[in-house]
Amino acid sequence: MVTAFLTLLVFQLLGSAVQARFGLSVPGPVIGMFMLVGFLLARQAMERGARPVVSDDLGRLARGLIAALGLLFVPAGVGVVTQFGVLRTNFVPIAVAIVGSTVLALVVTGAVMHLGTRSRKPRA
Amino acid sequence: MTVPGFVTHDPEMLSLFWIAITTAAFVLGVGCQIRLRGAVWANPVMIAIALVACVLALTGTTFDAYFAAVEPIHFLLGPATVALAIPLAQFIGHVTRSLVSMCLALVAGSVVSVVTGIVLVRALGGDRLVALSMAPKAVTTPIAIAITQQVGGQPSLTAAFAVCGGIVAAVLGEPLLRRLGISDWRAHGLAAGLAGSGIAAAQVARRDPLAAAFAALGIGLNGLVTALLVPVIRMLVP
Repeated sequence: MVTAFLTLLVFQLLGSAVQARFGLSVPGPVIGMFMLVGFLLARQAMERGARPVVSDDLGRLARGLIAALGLLFVPAGVGVVTQFGVLRTNFVPIAVAIVGSTVLALVVTGAVMHLGTRSRKPRA
Repeated sequence: MTVPGFVTHDPEMLSLFWIAITTAAFVLGVGCQIRLRGAVWANPVMIAIALVACVLALTGTTFDAYFAAVEPIHFLLGPATVALAIPLAQFIGHVTRSLVSMCLALVAGSVVSVVTGIVLVRALGGDRLVALSMAPKAVTTPIAIAITQQVGGQPSLTAAFAVCGGIVAAVLGEPLLRRLGISDWRAHGLAAGLAGSGIAAAQVARRDPLAAAFAALGIGLNGLVTALLVPVIRMLVP
C-alpha cells in the first residue's frame, strides 16, 4: 500500500515539476495522471499484455481514493460560504449557465458520438 | 456556541476536530442519500458542505481557520486525481474501435461546455470571476478546482457549480438523449462523463457496463481537453 501511495505521489510530483518547468497551464496532478496512463500503457505494450498491469495494491488504493473523492472536495466546497455576496448578485446568470451549458454539452457530446458510431451496435 | 478552548489552543487538536466534523458530515450525507433510495438530488457532497457551513456559522469559525485545519483532506485531492489514471488506462482499449467519433464528440462537447458556460454568464450580466469559475465546471471536481486556480477563478464557486452541473446531467441526461433518439450506450456514457463527471457517471454506470467504461473515459479525457482549452479561451473573455 505504501509503494502504491508513493507511485501516486511521484507521478503528481513529476507532473507538477513538468508544469512548473515549462510554465504550462494544465494543472500538475492532471499532467501526472496522463504520465501514469502513459507509463501503464507503455509497460503493457512492452510486456505484450492484453490489459494494463496494475498491482493489486495500486488498484485497491485508486479505488479507495476515487470512492472517497466526494469527501476530498468538501473543504474547497465549504468555501462557498465566503461567496454568498457573489452568489446573490449573480444568481440568474449562474442558474441559467449551469443548466443551459450542462444540457448543451450533454446533447452535443451524445449526438456527435451517436452520429459517428451509428453504423455499429451496441444498442441501449 | 464555541469550540472548546482545549481544541482551539492546539493546532493538531483543531485539525483532528474539523477533519472529524467534515468526515461525519459526509457520512451523514451518504446516509441521507441511501435513505432517499439513491435520489440524485440528495448529493452527499452538497449535504456535507451545507452541514459544515452550519457548524462554522454556529461556532463563529472563519472559513480560513477551517480550511487550514482540514488541509490534510484537501491535500489528498492531488494523489486522488493521479489515481484516476488507473481506470482510464484500463478502459482506453475501448477507444480504439470508435476513436475518431470519440475524439470529435469529446472536443465538440468540451468546447460547447466551456464556451456556453462563459457566454451565458457574461450575456446575463454575471461577473468575470463567475464566468471563469463556470468554465471548467463540467470536469471532475478535483481537476476543475486545479484548472480554476490556474486561470484565476474561485475554487469554491467551481466546486459548487461542478456538483450542481453533475446533478443536472444525472437527472436530465438519459431522458433527454432518448428523446433525441440516441440509444447507443457509448454515447450515453461519454455524454454523462463529459457533462456531469462523477455524479452523472455513477448514474449511467448503474444502467450498463459499457456506459460505465465510456463515462470513465469521458471524465478523464475531458479533464485534459478542458485543461488545454480554458487558458486559451480565458484570453477571449470580456
